[in-house]
Order: sequence, then C-alpha cells, then structure tokens
Amino acid sequence: MNIHEYQSKQVLRSFGVNVPNGKPAFTVEEAVEAAKELNAKVTVVKAQIHAGGRGKAGGVKIAKTLDEVKEYATELLGKVLVTHQTGPEGKKVNRLLIEEGSNIAKEYYLSFVNDRNTAKIVMIGSEEGGMEIEKVAAEHPEKIIKEYIDISVGLLPFQATRMAYKMNFKPEVVRKAAATMQKLYNAFIGKDCSQVEINPLVVTAEDDVICLDAKLNFDDSGLFRHPDIVELRDKTEEDPKELWAAEEGLNYVNLGGDVACMVNGAGLAMATVDILKYYGGDPANFLDVGGSSTPEKIATAFEIMLDGGQSKGIFVNIFGGINRCDVIAEGIQKAAQIIAEKTGTDGIPVPVVVRLEGTNVELGRKILTDKPVKNVIMAPTMEGGAEQIVNLVKEAEKNA
Amino acid sequence: MSIILDKDTKVIVQGITGKTAMFHTKQMLEYGTKIVAGVTPGKAGQVVEGVPVFNTVQDAVEATGATASVVFVPPRFAADSIMEGVEAGLDLVVCITEHVPVQDMIKVRAYMEGKKTRLIGPNCPGILTVGEAKLGIIPGYIYKKGHVGVISRSGTLTYEASFQLSQAGLGQTTAVGIGGDPVKGTDFIDALKLFKDDDDTLALIMIGEIGGTAEEDAAKWIAENMPNKPVVGFIAGVQAPPGKRMGHAGAIIAGGKGTAADKIKALNAVGIPVAENVAQIGETMVKLLKEKGLYEKCHTC
Repeated sequence: MNIHEYQSKQVLRSFGVNVPNGKPAFTVEEAVEAAKELNAKVTVVKAQIHAGGRGKAGGVKIAKTLDEVKEYATELLGKVLVTHQTGPEGKKVNRLLIEEGSNIAKEYYLSFVNDRNTAKIVMIGSEEGGMEIEKVAAEHPEKIIKEYIDISVGLLPFQATRMAYKMNFKPEVVRKAAATMQKLYNAFIGKDCSQVEINPLVVTAEDDVICLDAKLNFDDSGLFRHPDIVELRDKTEEDPKELWAAEEGLNYVNLGGDVACMVNGAGLAMATVDILKYYGGDPANFLDVGGSSTPEKIATAFEIMLDGGQSKGIFVNIFGGINRCDVIAEGIQKAAQIIAEKTGTDGIPVPVVVRLEGTNVELGRKILTDKPVKNVIMAPTMEGGAEQIVNLVKEAEKNA
Repeated sequence: MSIILDKDTKVIVQGITGKTAMFHTKQMLEYGTKIVAGVTPGKAGQVVEGVPVFNTVQDAVEATGATASVVFVPPRFAADSIMEGVEAGLDLVVCITEHVPVQDMIKVRAYMEGKKTRLIGPNCPGILTVGEAKLGIIPGYIYKKGHVGVISRSGTLTYEASFQLSQAGLGQTTAVGIGGDPVKGTDFIDALKLFKDDDDTLALIMIGEIGGTAEEDAAKWIAENMPNKPVVGFIAGVQAPPGKRMGHAGAIIAGGKGTAADKIKALNAVGIPVAENVAQIGETMVKLLKEKGLYEKCHTC
C-alpha cells in the first residue's frame, strides 16, 4: 500500500524523525491558510500524488509570498501531472502539501528495503541525493553504500555511524545523521514497511538533518497490525475496478485492453495474459479468482470485467486444483443469470471461451453442455481457447 | 528415488483442526503420506482423520518421532509455527499459508541460520513425491511416476506443467512449489542442488515469474554446476506492467529489475529453452529430451 508524502511525513514525525513543518491542503483557501500559519520566508507548494518525479513534472513550486502560494495552489489543484512513474495518462492532483522551505546545504539519498536475495533488511545510502537512485546505481555504483541489518538485533549504532561516514556527511552532523537512520529504521520495522525512501535527505545551512521528501510503502500482508496506516489509504489514487475487486477478495489488475481473462492462481493468471498477447490480443486485465471460489464470487468477477464495456470477450482459464471445475461451471451459469437480471438482457453480452482442466473437469464440462449459457463456448485446449477468444474479439471489432 | 520427501517421512500437520487443514490432511493421507500427528494449541487429545492432536510440536515429535511438518495456520501465526518446527529439530517444514508479513519471514530466516531445518514456502502449494507422499495441496492425480523434476514459484503453474508432462507421457519424480513470496525458505538453486544429486531425475522444469533475480541466478548455477541434466524454463508475466504486484507478493517489477524479458534472456544465454507460452511447456520438454536422446528413458507413462 502507498500513501502520500504528507502522510509519510506524519508517520515519520511520530517516530521522532526531523521533517519540515507543513500541512496538507485540499483547496486553495486551505493552502493559503496553511502558508499563513507556517509564516515561513519560503513556502513550498507540493502536489500530492502516488508517483515519483513530481519535481521534474512541475508539481513542486517555491513561493515567496502568500499571493504566490495562492497562484501555485490554483494552478496545481486539479492539474493532471505526467511523470515517468504515472504513465502517459498522468495523475490528477487533489491534494497539496504546503511546507516550510529549507535552507539546503547538501542533498543525500537514504532508503530501507526488505532484500529478497539475502532475506535481510538493507539500508541504502548515497551522497548523490535528489537524483533517481537507479540512475546513480547504473552510472556510479561506487557511490551506493549498503548496510545489511540483522533483524534480531536491529540497526546497530556502528552500522549507522559507518554509513554516515561513508556517505561523507561532515563531522559536525555525523551523529545527527546516524540518529536519523536509527529513527527511520524504527519506523520501517514499526509499521511493516516494504520501503522507506528519503530522497533527498538534506543537511541545512544550520547543520540540521532533515527528510525533505519521504516515500513510505507498506507490506499489504502486515497491514492487519496497523489499522492507523490502513486509514491513510487514498482510494482516489487507485483504479476503481481494482478497488472493487479487492473489496470482493479478488486479485485484479487493470491492463487497459479489451480481451479479459479469469483464471485461478496468480502464476497461471499471468501466463494467461501472456498467451492472449501471444495470439495478438490486447489483454484487459489480470484476474486471479483464488483457490476457493463460490458462484457468487465468479459472478462478481464477470461484472467487474464487463463494467464500463471494457471487455469485448472473456477467456476463462481454469486448472482445477483446489478449485473444482464444477463450481466454476456453476459460477458461469450464475454470473449469466445475475448479469441478465441486472441489465435486463438475456445474459453475458460478449463471447466467453472456457477452458476447464483438472479436478471434476468432466462434471464441469457436463454442466455447461447440458444447460448451455448464451455466448459461452467450451474450448478443448488452452491454446485453442486463447486463439479463439482473440479472434472473436477481432471479429466483433470489425463488425462494430 | 526422490528428493526431500518419501513414503516413510513422518509428518506433523500444524494447525490440523482448521477447515482447510482437515480437508488436505484427508487428501494427503489418501495419497499415502505418513501423517503421524497434528498440532493445535489447546486441542491435545482430539483426533482428526485418525491422527492424534498435540498442543505443541515438541510434544508431537516426542510422541511420534516425526521429522517433517506442513503448516496450515493463519498468516499472523505462521512465522511462529515455522520457528516452532525449527526449534523442535524437524528436518523439513513446508508452509502453505499465504500473506505472511515479509518482516516475519525475515525474522524466520534469521532464526533458522545455522539450524538444520529446510523450509519450503510460505505461500506455496507444497511438495509431492510421485506415488509416495505429498505435503501441501498439490492435487495428486495429475502425477505419473517418471524422471522429470518440477520446480515452480506458482501453484497452478506447477499443476499445469505437471499435467502437460503426464499428457505427453513424461512422468515425474518430485514436484516442489517454492512459493510466490519475496522472502522464502527454499529458492530455485536450493531445489536444483537436490535434484542434481537425485539419480532418478533426468530432466527438470523450472517455472519462474517476474520479480527478483532468482531465475537469473539459477540459470548461472545450472550452467556452472549441472550441465548434464536438461532443463526447460517457463517465465510468467511477460505482459506485467512495472510496479504492479501481480497476485503473488513477490511478483513485481521494481526499479527496472525482475522483468520476464531479463529472465528469459538469462536462461536462453546458458542454453535453457524457455516455452513460448504456457500451453507449450510439455512439448518444449519433449523436444529437448528428443534432442538429448533421453526421450525414450523419460517416456514412462
């Protein structure tokens, strides 16, 4: 789960981390009010979206007067920002962070992540702050410093100090920098983060160490321990279909195309998206209905795929392990019924090609053959099914 | 021969009184697995599918001499259950549970250092040795006895690949689902090492997916250490957009790393053929075995 920068800073503040004074604003009036309260020489107006690269995209403005704050807030609120992380469609700005400007002397990079290769937490630092870390890693790998942390003892003071020295903090601020690392580590552990990224971490002209930007990501599996973090979720940042699916316990990712698929198991679901593309289709989604499906859940999955007219065809690819093919077959029947009732039509409006294999496959096929469902076609093989649905969608497009 | 697990392995089911665990205990017993005990704190004295239940893993081990366990407890208790099995000196712990917090798994890995237990999972379908025993949820009827080993990060793709092998007449030795989490017990190389030493396994299928670099590492390891056992690869997630988690916690392209294209390239670079799509895993293996002159030997069913 991702949260906004201003929320990340609130979380870090609660761990004693030094962050600039600031307040979120949802309207121009709130922005001006916040700036008045801050009463700073320089005020920074920062667009709050779930994507990096905001500065380059014009989402961060420096204001010297309240009038400028007003001007920038007016410009940014409602604007669609396109950064290298948003994709070409960009993201609409609905919130701002109004923040006190800092007197930056030098910028650094610092982050914590769970490292899958070593099964340890790794702290990554660099004196090349403010840049994309991937770029630094590619061009100056020697400037990337890593400390691997043993979770049973935590970040040891000598490790933090060593990192501070290797990052070339000047002697006067080494202690402050090490203390900041310690507090960031506490936040990382304390909130089950998957990433804490401070870019830049700055030393000011007054020798303060401040987290000028902050990006916190959380391990979804750890959220049950952190109801306070769950509350920070900004649903407007998420794809509505993905939200809907998540609420129904379905694993769904919108891929934007028009050939949908419904699959059991994440691996097979990924592979099904790939095989649709392999046969020339434009995949609409990744959808894993999971190990224990009910007809109701399958019906909902169909509704999500069809919503807004996105899908022009659906490929159901099931290998029954724990999932039984007969349950899937019944689910398809039920889905057709529900959709017919809701739309006042005679069933699913687009072709559905079904490939069933595995547990109770004969029973599943029999259910769909004995009582055929409009637009539902049985495929004898996975390859055949994938090719067929792609062709059916192409035909439908030609005729449309 | 087989790896890790056989018909004589004495097994504990941790969390045996849960609904899913009960269902799969029955399935595992029917497949021939020697389940000797179950563990659920507070439920000692109960009997599930003829299996006695104990309060602790230690009690179960002392009473039955079990050496392996399969964990079916809810995510928030999973790490503790794994460590309980490790502490009791088990040789093998298989964790089926999905959604275990990553930092819990980092703790587990730290705790396991220097101890003898092998962990498989979490978030995996388990392990099945054909015709002998299975720990976890892999449907047994798909499998036929033979000489191909299966290693996979995905449950359903394990079944899919194994089914295609059986359809093609290529039986299997052992199937290991290593799981879809970023931090886990057994990774590709660990499993490959075991298959390398198993004389019965003549060829291997390795099913990977986006996220991390375990497939790249495995490709390098195979080239250096196992040049004589043919391997077929498959990688799911070619179309996955960067930064999006594709169902599995570990299936995410982050910072430009972990793409399917990189993995396929790394496998191909060391001569490992990668099935072009998921429906061609079986036939890719048939083709490779024919090239290597192993088809007749592997055509067991």
